[in-house]
Amino acid sequence: MSVPLRSSPTTHQAAPDRALRRNAAPVLITIASFATLIVLWHLTATIWPSRSFPPPLAVLEAFLREMTSGELPHHLGITLWRVAAAFVLAMVIGSALGIYLGSHRQADRFLQPWVILFLNIPALVIIVLAYIWFGLSEAAAIGAVAVNKIPNVIVTLREGTRALDPRYSDMARVYRFGPWKRFRNVLLPQLQPYLTAASRSGISLIWKIVLVVELLGRSNGVGFQINLYFQLFDVAAILAYTLAFVGVMLLIELIVVQPLEHASTRWRQRAA
Amino acid sequence: MHPPAGANARLKIDIVHKAFRSSNGGVIDVLDELHLAVEENEFACVIGPSGCGKTTTLRMLLGLDRDFDGTIQLPGRGDPRVGAVFQEPLLLPWRSVEDNVRLALPKALRGKNLDSLFASLGLAKMRSLFPAELSLGLARRAAIARALAIEPDLLVLDEPFVSLDEATAQQLRYLLLAVWAERPTTALMVTHNVREAIMLADRIIVLSPRPAHVVGTFVIRLPREKRNEQVRGDLLRSFKEKFPDQQ
Repeated sequence: MSVPLRSSPTTHQAAPDRALRRNAAPVLITIASFATLIVLWHLTATIWPSRSFPPPLAVLEAFLREMTSGELPHHLGITLWRVAAAFVLAMVIGSALGIYLGSHRQADRFLQPWVILFLNIPALVIIVLAYIWFGLSEAAAIGAVAVNKIPNVIVTLREGTRALDPRYSDMARVYRFGPWKRFRNVLLPQLQPYLTAASRSGISLIWKIVLVVELLGRSNGVGFQINLYFQLFDVAAILAYTLAFVGVMLLIELIVVQPLEHASTRWRQRAA
Repeated sequence: MHPPAGANARLKIDIVHKAFRSSNGGVIDVLDELHLAVEENEFACVIGPSGCGKTTTLRMLLGLDRDFDGTIQLPGRGDPRVGAVFQEPLLLPWRSVEDNVRLALPKALRGKNLDSLFASLGLAKMRSLFPAELSLGLARRAAIARALAIEPDLLVLDEPFVSLDEATAQQLRYLLLAVWAERPTTALMVTHNVREAIMLADRIIVLSPRPAHVVGTFVIRLPREKRNEQVRGDLLRSFKEKFPDQQ
């Protein structure tokens, strides 16, 4: 009974070392993989030179040019802001509705067709209608992106709420947890995997839709720039903007999302 | 027969009727004219055949099921505090042992020193562990610590020693008695185990099969510390004489 408990502190310390060693090889493989891709790209673009398929160095050149002129950081910043705003809006509204529908059967039955309807309206239709009804404004743009994402969040969080363990809620009632205590200590930890899943798929979906929104009705942002260079037929610049933005999103994943997830599932990882 | 006590000091359960609607539309009568009382600072055990509605009664007592005919009067003034130990420990897996206990504390007791409670339950070194790192016996101790930390007016225990090996269960029974004796409170425990009830209880309440009512009461006036092996054997024999249907 007490033997595994005694030994657990040492295994905790040993675990990161082992993980580091195990992770070193995959990192090398990832770097090699990317390097191979760039080399292949370079070879292909050199063997069949074409204006529509620039080599990696031309893209780097375009990237540096846009960086020094300040254009790229400016438009990237604006797009990031829109992604963040739409993400927060979609997560908050979607989670609230999802938790509500997951715990109220009647309301869920009534609103189920609405959710299915919104899940299946193409993003483009929502964007166009939002611009027509609410004008070519920032609010319409961000709102349209959020509306595209909200049904997904609702469905995921509704499943999470249905999977809640009622015994913990009973315990919380017996010990008279207040609403906030209950939310933070009983509800949120149980919903955490569902929230992570929703935000993961959310970020990747939202940033793609934001570019479309910018292309259709905004005069700045990465989507606007890509549209501009599309008309100028400058593929190097298009790729420079795309790769820069993908890089930023990967950084966010590595610096924000993964550490957050790691911290919130600490109890699960220690419980070997 | 009842010692004089304030009207509010005892637990009084008067259930006229309680039924469940089954999934096929039928009605299952669970409790029928169930009347029982537990005096102030008395430790009562409820024994009955499985499925007779003991857990249902506890859920009603804890306010988790309010759909019944009858009244339940909890001991304590105003807003009585109830400490519960469920069949499973029901500790929040994502909070440490200490946080689990502290979260249950009412505002008035926030920041309370829990050292002696953890020490007397042998949990002093496990306060920062997560529940999944504990054995079932230790998790049960943590659940008992949580129930007692809130200084309850009523302690409710739902078979807190099941699925433990006998040695661990016995050790836990002694621990429970020791911490309960430090601050006695009205307690109601559901169990299947007559020997366990004879060791712990001041009064054993025997329930009938479903729909449950009280068949009879077995009062043990002898102080717990004087109930040695032989006395317990005698008590068990006379219990079985009085209630031959019990195992």
